Amino acid sequence: MAKLAFQTLDDHSTPFWALIAFHVALVAAGLGAALYMEENGHIVTGMNNQVVWGLPHVFAVFLIVAASGALNVASVSSVFNRLAYKPYARLSGLLAIALLIGGLAVLVLDLGRPDRLLVAMTTYNFKSIFAWNIYLYSGFVVIVAAYLFSMMDRQAAKSAAFGKAMGWLAFGWRLALTTGTGSIFGFLIAREAYDAAILAPLFIAASFLYGLAFTVLVLLTMSRETRDELMPEEMLGKFRGLLAIFALAVLYFTAVQHVTKLYSAAHQGVELFLLRDGGVFPLVFWLGQIGIGTVLPLALLAFAPRGTKGRLAIELASALFLIGGLAQLYVIIIGGQAFPLALFPGMEVSSPALDGEVGRYVPALPELLLGASGVSMAMLIVALALRLMPFLPKAPAGEVSANAATAQGLGASDPMPSGRTL
Amino acid sequence: MSDARDSRSDLAADRRALLRGAGGLLAVLLAPGVTLYALGGTEAAARAPGEAVSPKVRWGLLIDVNACPAECDACVAACRTENGWADTGHSATDPHWIRKVSVRDPASGAAREVPVMCQHCASAPCVDVCPTGASFRRADGIVLVDRHICIGCRYCIMACPYKARTLVHEPVHDQTADAPRGKGTVEGCTLCAPRIDAGRLPACVEACAAKGAAMLFGDLNDPNSAIAKAVAARAPARIRADLRLDPGVGYRGL
Ligand code: SF4
Ligand code: SF4
Repeated sequence: MAKLAFQTLDDHSTPFWALIAFHVALVAAGLGAALYMEENGHIVTGMNNQVVWGLPHVFAVFLIVAASGALNVASVSSVFNRLAYKPYARLSGLLAIALLIGGLAVLVLDLGRPDRLLVAMTTYNFKSIFAWNIYLYSGFVVIVAAYLFSMMDRQAAKSAAFGKAMGWLAFGWRLALTTGTGSIFGFLIAREAYDAAILAPLFIAASFLYGLAFTVLVLLTMSRETRDELMPEEMLGKFRGLLAIFALAVLYFTAVQHVTKLYSAAHQGVELFLLRDGGVFPLVFWLGQIGIGTVLPLALLAFAPRGTKGRLAIELASALFLIGGLAQLYVIIIGGQAFPLALFPGMEVSSPALDGEVGRYVPALPELLLGASGVSMAMLIVALALRLMPFLPKAPAGEVSANAATAQGLGASDPMPSGRTL
Repeated sequence: MSDARDSRSDLAADRRALLRGAGGLLAVLLAPGVTLYALGGTEAAARAPGEAVSPKVRWGLLIDVNACPAECDACVAACRTENGWADTGHSATDPHWIRKVSVRDPASGAAREVPVMCQHCASAPCVDVCPTGASFRRADGIVLVDRHICIGCRYCIMACPYKARTLVHEPVHDQTADAPRGKGTVEGCTLCAPRIDAGRLPACVEACAAKGAAMLFGDLNDPNSAIAKAVAARAPARIRADLRLDPGVGYRGL
């Protein structure tokens, strides 16, 4: 097996600087928005007492879920011993940490009292899944950092056992983390939209998809930046296949989620609301999540030319999957709240507190800026780390292909196993 | 009502118990709260400083919906005055510690008005989900939010099946001493804990007595109290009884 080589970024092109500038501007705008919200209260957002979690939660959950999924490439390489993925393991760990920090920052800045972060970190209610998540999240950062250390430190890297152990630990932890995030919704007994055991596997499948889509986007951007073929043809095929499989898995669980609830009399109301009658939510679901976020990118993956010529299509598909992910969480998080709580099932109700009314929610600019700034924050962390330490593979195409040929990748040798049947 | 006077419970004592368990940093953060509650308590005739809230007591309400006239708003108005909350001009973010819900049966056309506030659940989901423990249940069954620990995550609002809690969306002014409120924190019915600790009735119950007299307040655990007798005679209805949260608020004529 050829020795893996890694590189740091030391020279930036103009487009890359432009990208950095864009992210810096967005982070600044996000922080400004958070200050503005802190100063004036949540009245300056679209959130209210019916829809208490808005766009920031959509972005935060999206980033946290993506973070655990981003670790997959590293897990596949060390836990499942797929050597072909080894060159990307470092980047995968880095991306996982960065996305998680971006998501947590948004979550914290959207608190009613972000200044009380210290209280949140020192006062715990151990019955609360939220409190557990604080441990899951900080543990994740520590474990992935140790995992990165096991890969990158000269001494530590010699011990295969240490690396393997860290790999397993990180893998187990990421499953717990996604489950923990999904469980936040599982505890909301009275909210009909969240009353589904299928949410846990759905979140895990979604994490695979978003995490991989982020990884592919970063790799392709960096390929351009380093003028190095970071994803040789073979890997491109594998990633393409994996993206399609994960997207189909998410689609499958989404279908199960909705169909089973449609057939239960108690949940029909909320299902019809989300899928047909709920105004903006069916639109976001069918057009955003299913159309733009699933069918279109799957078609792109299926019909794009094979080999390196399909690169642009794969890049575009990854971006669309991420948009689909945001749409999916919008429907779950906001749609689920907009559907009125039934205090008196079967009755017609009204009150000054808007009982029985569909929750109105129009995202305001500060929320959008705050939410989107989480993505930018993650990307800036990645860019900075790439400059400081050798996370990026240095891959003469031939060498990696040789590696890959000896290993059986997850996507098998057929670059597009599921695409053909589409 | 005598039940209330018997209970020598004290919120400040509760606060101190919390403080003992917490670290020094937390003590600093909590200190203003202690002062606030202690000040509120000094006027109270029934206050026994240092005495803990009694777990033997379970405060509860029994509301007779048939005795509650549609046009009456006395309980809501009294709560507003007592606890210093008001409409903000933005209906979707208005606070609602108590509200009257109009309920109509589409089959029979029968309509009634139901006063709804925090149901002071024994198995309170808001308490279970709160990450910091700001949502807590006193030994005497009253569910409260500690405004000094609440980080405004709104998880409790998501978890409450009764829409009983609201987030303070805007800066607040003119707070009453007994009911501190704060932008960015969550609030809801306290069952007028400071009044109860002082041996008085909750403001809504007192106001209702002069109108429909639809509300009965007292200690559910005291077999001699009027409310315990009424409950023993005929089990009250609960809103969303299917959720089995064991609310402290019961209804007649739902
Ligand atoms: S009614 Fe809502 S806020 Fe009150 S105790 Fe029950 S769950 Fe908590
Ligand atoms: S909003 Fe406050 S009281 Fe409610 S769960 Fe969060 S910290 Fe607890």
